[in-house]
Amino acid sequence: MASSPRIKKYYLYYTGSFLAFVGALALLENHGMPPRWIGYSFLFFTIFMYAAIGVMSRTSDVSEYYVAGRRIPAFFNGMATGADWMSAASFIGLAGTLYLSGFQGLAYVIGWTGGFVLVALLLAPYLRRFGEYTIPDFLGARYGGNTIRLVAVGAAILSSFVYVVAQIYGVGVITSRFVSLQFEIGVFVGLAGILVCSFLGGMRAVTWTQVAQYLVLIVAYMTPVAILSWNVTGNPMPQVVYGKVLSHVQQLEERIFNNPTEEKVRQLYQDRADSYAQKIMQLPESLNLERENLSSEINRLKAGDSQMKDVVALERLRRELPQDPDAAKMRWESAMFVAVERAKPPIHHGEAFPAKNAEENLAQRINFIALIFCLTVGTASLPHLLMRYYTTPTVREARESVFWALLFILLLYITAPAYAVFAKHEVLTNLVEIPIAQLPSWVAAWSKVGLVSIEDMNRDGILQFAELSLNPDVIVLATPEIAGMPYVVSGLVAAGALAAALSTADGLLLTITGALSHDVYYRIFRPQASTQFRLVISKSLLLIVAVLAATVAAEKPGTILAMVAWAFSIAGSAFFPALVLGIFWSRANRQGAVAGMLIGTLVAVYYILRLEMEHIPWLAHSGIHMDPWFHVQSTSAGIFGVASGFLTIIIVSLLTPAPDGQAQKFLERIRRTAKAD
Amino acid sequence: MHLSEPYWIKTRRLTGLLLIIWITITFLLSWYADWLNQWQILDFPLGFYMAAQGSLFIFLLLIWIYNRSMRRLDAEYGIDDE
Repeated sequence: MASSPRIKKYYLYYTGSFLAFVGALALLENHGMPPRWIGYSFLFFTIFMYAAIGVMSRTSDVSEYYVAGRRIPAFFNGMATGADWMSAASFIGLAGTLYLSGFQGLAYVIGWTGGFVLVALLLAPYLRRFGEYTIPDFLGARYGGNTIRLVAVGAAILSSFVYVVAQIYGVGVITSRFVSLQFEIGVFVGLAGILVCSFLGGMRAVTWTQVAQYLVLIVAYMTPVAILSWNVTGNPMPQVVYGKVLSHVQQLEERIFNNPTEEKVRQLYQDRADSYAQKIMQLPESLNLERENLSSEINRLKAGDSQMKDVVALERLRRELPQDPDAAKMRWESAMFVAVERAKPPIHHGEAFPAKNAEENLAQRINFIALIFCLTVGTASLPHLLMRYYTTPTVREARESVFWALLFILLLYITAPAYAVFAKHEVLTNLVEIPIAQLPSWVAAWSKVGLVSIEDMNRDGILQFAELSLNPDVIVLATPEIAGMPYVVSGLVAAGALAAALSTADGLLLTITGALSHDVYYRIFRPQASTQFRLVISKSLLLIVAVLAATVAAEKPGTILAMVAWAFSIAGSAFFPALVLGIFWSRANRQGAVAGMLIGTLVAVYYILRLEMEHIPWLAHSGIHMDPWFHVQSTSAGIFGVASGFLTIIIVSLLTPAPDGQAQKFLERIRRTAKAD
Repeated sequence: MHLSEPYWIKTRRLTGLLLIIWITITFLLSWYADWLNQWQILDFPLGFYMAAQGSLFIFLLLIWIYNRSMRRLDAEYGIDDE
């Protein structure tokens, strides 16, 4: 590509034309363009832009394909890292998590940004000075041998594949919601959007599209909340003024949460939970009783002169009763947990560790810290992020690009808590204590798709805080409507979410195919393969992995979203100890590293399985559920995985012979301790 | 190993120092967030502010300091990576 100032000019034109496009759509909407067409325009215009960049950056050079020819200036590498890093979960989910969990959710904000300090200090400069293609390359060169390379390939695929499936799933959700495409078709539109960037041009094309995608996603994220902030406070900088809004929210919370009506509603939920608990205890009689009660009620109605639709409704209820006691137990238990959650006094937004007793308080504190630890270490271990530091021209630019990356990422992460506070402000001032018939229109619109639900527990016709439940995704998606903006802003948000999902998926896909084609095929099986043939293999694998991921995503696997949270723990446990000790401790050897990577990963996976699963069907193993160690939740399994990884590497390395001369040479090179080279 | 190599010793010292500051900010401040909340900054409770913005700016500053110091170290020892 061209020199830096010229690239800047290109992207300036690009941003300008994107904004002009948004403006033109706003005008067209004013003249009666239907929302559906606005959605389509955003979808096709942005994907067309990315495809154009992808085609312009096509390449048949191995170094261009894997590491963009190492010609990406620090500033742009930072931007690409930002898009690579911020996924659909950051863009849509984070603000909602912060809305629901208040202070406790800030662990994600600290964790996902703090990890970049570890990248800057411990990894990026050394990876760049090493200057090969993948993370398994680095471990293979430091420790020697194919075993460590294969272990690293396995861990990279394990942590990246569920992640890429979740991104494609996200594309399906976004397209089905905003342009009402069928979910499965949305998934394959997403697949096309990913392939147009990565297939022809590999890392080089992905990098330049990621820069373009960053620009779209950051504009899309900032615009709605800035307008909302202007409406509420008269200041268009939500990050600066939401402190004031937060203190207002806290006053409202004081007043509303302790309101006797609220307490009454929570008591009603508690009663419901108790009645479910009783029914579960009295299985199977309770299920029969339920069926008999419904039957006699139906007969009574049929005998009287009541309306047919009441009878039909009751008959449907009877049909939908669980078939057998086991099914009843499962369904009633989950209904009971929902009721228990809603019976709890709500969280005060700004309060840290708001527990009633000392033990719960300690558990919250430990989990806050443990989650931060896992997210920082996971950030510094996810191969698709670390790979970006191979693409700069020099070590110095690699260091500087971490600075730019954090700056660009920080813009989104300091805005997310503002979204949450403004949303809570809206709920507490314009929703709670308002007659349900007079709620703002966005509530009804999002109730239709099931993201908002309202249940008038005490039948007073007025909304209480406890009667409202919001899906986390709705916070970002509904903000344009909350602020009363035209549909074009909603379309912009959808385009931003799409950019976030596509850019992350691209980076992950390249990591997986790089591990398979470069590390397994070229390094282990056929080192004599010609460069042309290596590229053919790469591109075919890319296609296969992408289609596989889209197929899995089209199945709508329910557990996949939970598994993404575990990817950080698994990647951190597998890579972090081996990478850091490999650079900073010259005594670390191959035996130690292989053992440490395996044991760290196994400990993390073991902890997650024991906490999350009641039984493993394919092993016919049941009753494996255990109590957490030190109150730590499964999302923070990495704290045990990373600790055991470090310990294992140290102990095993000290028990086995010191590494050979090759490792010394490697260290001299990346530390620059050799006199001349 | 060449532990006598001053470039590497200084790099390590700088890395260690910044890492200690990072650990303090990330973990110690978070652990005591409820205690920090008794003060206010820009209308935010202090503990909340540090977790939502303050720490993030310090992270950025740490990387900036590291990069500047490493640039100087590189110049001092004539380290010039391609």
